[in-house]
Amino acid sequence: MLRVEKRPVESRLMGYLSPVLAAVLTLVSGALLFVLLGQRPLEGLYAFFVMPVSDLYGLSELGVKAAPILLCAMGLAVCYRAKVWNIGAEGQLLFGALTGSWAALQFLETEGAWVLPLVLLAGALGGMFWGLLPALLRTHFNTNEILTTIMLNYIALNMLLYGVHGPLKDPQGYNFPESALFSESTLLPTLLEGTRVHIGVLFALLAVAVVWVLLSRTFVGFQVRVLGLDARAAHYAGFHEKRLVIFVLVLCGGLAGLAGVLEVTGPIGQLVPQVSPGYGYAAIIVAFLGRLHPVGILLASLLMALVYMGGEMVQIELGLPQALTGLFQGMLLLYLLACDFLIHYRIRLGAAVTAPASQGA
Amino acid sequence: MDMDFVINVLYAMIRTGTPLLIVALGELVCERSGVLNLGQEGMMLVGAVCGFIVALTSGSLFLGVLAAILAGCLMALLFGAVALGLSATQVATGLALTILGTGLSAFVGESFVGQTLQGFKALPIPFLSDIPLLGPLLFNHDVLVYLSFGLFAGVIWFLRSTRAGLMLKAIGETPESATAVGLPVMRVRYLAVLFGGGMAGLAGGYLSLAYTPLWAEGMTAGRGWIALALVVFASWRAERVMFGAYLFGLASILHLIVQGMGVSISSNLLAMLPYVVTILVLVLLSSNKARVRLYAPASLGKPFHRTQ
Amino acid sequence: MTTAQPQPRLSLRNISKRFPGVLANDRVCLNLYPGEIHAMLGENGAGKSTLMKMIYGVMRPDGGEIYWQGQSVDIADPAQARALGIGMVFQHFALFETLSVTENIALSLPADEARDLKALGQRIREVSERYGMALEPDRLVHSLSIGARQRVEIVRCLIQDIKLLILDEPTSVLTPQEVDGLFKTLKQLAAEGCCILFISHKLNEVRALCHNATILRGGRVTGECKPAAESAQGIARMMVGEDTPISTTYEKRPGGEDFLVINNLSLDSHDPFGTRLKNINLRVRRGEIVGIAGVAGNGQDELLAALSGERLGDDAGQISVPAGRIALLPPLQRRNQGLAFVPEERLGRGAVPDMSLTENGLLTAFGAGLVKNGFVDWGKTRAFAQRIVEDFRVKCSGIGASAQSLSGGNLQKFIIGREIRQKPSLLLAAHPTWGVDIGAAVAIHNALIELRDAGTAILIVSEDIDELFEISDRICAICHGELSPLKSVRDTSIEEVGQWMAGHFDSSVTEESAHAQG
Repeated sequence: MLRVEKRPVESRLMGYLSPVLAAVLTLVSGALLFVLLGQRPLEGLYAFFVMPVSDLYGLSELGVKAAPILLCAMGLAVCYRAKVWNIGAEGQLLFGALTGSWAALQFLETEGAWVLPLVLLAGALGGMFWGLLPALLRTHFNTNEILTTIMLNYIALNMLLYGVHGPLKDPQGYNFPESALFSESTLLPTLLEGTRVHIGVLFALLAVAVVWVLLSRTFVGFQVRVLGLDARAAHYAGFHEKRLVIFVLVLCGGLAGLAGVLEVTGPIGQLVPQVSPGYGYAAIIVAFLGRLHPVGILLASLLMALVYMGGEMVQIELGLPQALTGLFQGMLLLYLLACDFLIHYRIRLGAAVTAPASQGA
Repeated sequence: MDMDFVINVLYAMIRTGTPLLIVALGELVCERSGVLNLGQEGMMLVGAVCGFIVALTSGSLFLGVLAAILAGCLMALLFGAVALGLSATQVATGLALTILGTGLSAFVGESFVGQTLQGFKALPIPFLSDIPLLGPLLFNHDVLVYLSFGLFAGVIWFLRSTRAGLMLKAIGETPESATAVGLPVMRVRYLAVLFGGGMAGLAGGYLSLAYTPLWAEGMTAGRGWIALALVVFASWRAERVMFGAYLFGLASILHLIVQGMGVSISSNLLAMLPYVVTILVLVLLSSNKARVRLYAPASLGKPFHRTQ
Repeated sequence: MTTAQPQPRLSLRNISKRFPGVLANDRVCLNLYPGEIHAMLGENGAGKSTLMKMIYGVMRPDGGEIYWQGQSVDIADPAQARALGIGMVFQHFALFETLSVTENIALSLPADEARDLKALGQRIREVSERYGMALEPDRLVHSLSIGARQRVEIVRCLIQDIKLLILDEPTSVLTPQEVDGLFKTLKQLAAEGCCILFISHKLNEVRALCHNATILRGGRVTGECKPAAESAQGIARMMVGEDTPISTTYEKRPGGEDFLVINNLSLDSHDPFGTRLKNINLRVRRGEIVGIAGVAGNGQDELLAALSGERLGDDAGQISVPAGRIALLPPLQRRNQGLAFVPEERLGRGAVPDMSLTENGLLTAFGAGLVKNGFVDWGKTRAFAQRIVEDFRVKCSGIGASAQSLSGGNLQKFIIGREIRQKPSLLLAAHPTWGVDIGAAVAIHNALIELRDAGTAILIVSEDIDELFEISDRICAICHGELSPLKSVRDTSIEEVGQWMAGHFDSSVTEESAHAQG
């Protein structure tokens, strides 16, 4: 007989193992799914998870896809450490892409090394603004940030659509909903010849280091953690909840906005309606999967980038719907949450200690 | 503006508000039991796609509705198993459900995009539909709209006048006390979650079988999230949900009204309106902390660990 | 082999219950006879509550047997316990605040008895009158006083055919006068043949009320006695074992000049279920301990929040210290003025459950040179925590241990140590020894007295009137957000303070006016 029993202290080991277990369960479910779809499961998994990164270009693309996810997830991790449930990285990313593009379009004819930093700054500021809104709504009007950030995602998407259909549309673009192609001076330099790896990848890695130091070494990071673990203790200690909420949301907005502007000035090179295939949402999963720890998130973001590339690959190779990506994402998070049960509980074989009938209630 | 135009707008408002009404009623019951399920959007999408596929392949709208409800329940069961059974964070589990539902529905519905079916048609109620003004407005709808009226009344009655409703409210307020006096906390919460799932599935089915009888990826367009805001708007009181749902319905069709009046504003800007209205409503209703404290179920979203 | 004895109504045989890491009950045996009032004595964590929950069906034993009127029974849930005639009054009331009294009671009755709420309301009235416990069935529970809420709990048990009533620490929330009323009801019940199991750690009450007592220590029965025949000291010895100091008496001190001055403090509560503070005036001197007695929910939380800065005042002059008027300052700046605060909830406010002792040290002591240029000096922080652990003999697996892994007493020693180490000029402490074992309570009292003798002004809010008389120099009570007169402990009595707790004082005669005359 199986017995479920609460652990006296939570298991650190399971904390690390649970994401791995979740990934394995997702793979197994994926294999089953391929069987259901009439594919050979190993072949399917190979096409999904190995083929995309089997050459240097594939690996470089992994970096290109991981960078925006990583930036958003680092910001989200700080928010979630404070138990500020920011679901709005997607909107912050889109708004950053929008303001960044607007800035880039002002410099179509301008040369100079100062142009690009300005454009990136415009993107980051846009994201910060989009993060500031729900922060102020929460601190001043007590609104639930989950709902406001979600709504702001939809609003940002519609503003971006308005932009590409309206004021930012390329006048010479045959009425396509796209902006003009950005000029050379507003495009990101690439790191590796023949690939799309751009310096944005370095920004993402820098963000990992900064957030790590922030959370583990600084007093602000300590306050963020206390607020998240125990808001009443934070009040008791006299930490300013409002300031902290604003800080984490603006920080996340800035990072997500940077991710957005890096997309349009990097791999895309112009403003289009589909700036993000849901990177901001994927980053939520990545943040959880990485245990809200910078290094964990770094690894998780690579996995998530792979899930995106795998979805594309199976569409090309096996003719399966690209929506598999979304399905895998959902499974991954759900499995993770389920496996986290083992951090707090353990399952024992048989009724070792005492007589039966201690179950239930 | 002539009277016909006003009636038409109000009629469209009811139709647009109906899915919101249904899903919000389900979530309200769920939240009154103390469980916050952020997976409404995902459950609606899966309900919508399953309802559409079953109706299209079986040729029966009724079976389609049944499938939508069942699909919503199954998704809710998944939520229940993880959030209640394995005591995972409700917020994260709900998000996971929405992400999963979005992916799953897109995946399952991929080959059905672009197909259409003959959806539910208006079913005027004899005599009642002949009443001037009110008749065409209230009694000339499809059967699911009538069903939503019934569900609205049913939920109010359940919460006000039944022992089970009293139990649900008690459990949502203080599950620890409920356990101490021997109320079945887990069972009631599971049932509430399932009810919420069924309602979300039905609301999705309404979209793909009656409102716009087709399937499109992400066709719920945030209605599941708006429903969550609606519950706050209603201060967790079922009586107020209908008004809120129709108000949001009105906001969503404002672009039709504006176009109908011949004003030209970018449709992208107008499409933002329901979301902006949602935020405004949240601001208006959340500002008073004491009010939220008074009306929100006290244990909402908090993990509840059963003792052995 | 029962001889002359009648059959016990309830008989526990070798009941055991294990939680991960603890044996909460170890082969406990107990017999209860009709009409008997039986005390279950023991320190916190001795296993009393666990045992009661098993009798009431909230938990099930891992081993042993329960006999009810001679029959072996397996009590699966509270509904079954109630069907047998067992009722329980919980220490943390099992009530629903937003529901009415009638609805609350209906929820614990079988469905067919609770269908007609009007008739039920009438029954509630009858039962409450019969036992002298005033109750209005239609009132919402959140509008009731603590004493009235307890009456709801008791009436909920009495409304059914009750054969055994279990009360878990029922007197800790009552004024001395309310305790007298409760005892009258309980004696009436026992005279009618009902068994009563009375859980308490207040030995004088047990001696006044109970026929027999069973003492638990570490999950085991360590003694049985007739309380009336024993001294309180003797019973306490059985509870704590041989080597723990039980209590000491402390010298009373007059104190120096005023440090904390509260002047006409009136504040609305943000919480709709909270209490409004009305015109509070109080002075606390350097080198003295002032105690505020009172039943929970009479404005203690609001007063402490106003003093700590978690709730800001309306006017700067409402609260002052020698350095200035502080009622508008946030908590951080008050801390800089020498205020320190020990909250009631030690886990979840005074300490972050999931953080280590090191981090919990930093929580309030960051001003003591532990943070430089925004960066935490973890080396210094660890040393700080280590010193507290050593100086206050906090039992833990090391400073890396999480706060929630400590026992209540040890965590409280850590929190008080953390505040004392910052050398405060004023220490506010809420219920400092609530839920703490006797050994730790004595250590905490000693630390507070030592701090007082070093010249710190100390204000203590507690529901435990005996504790306040033991350590306070001056004492007053709070009721409905108003403060009673403040008197030297030597010039008053538990009876008088009990009257104050019930609101029997002239609120216009405050310390302020006494000062004005002087």
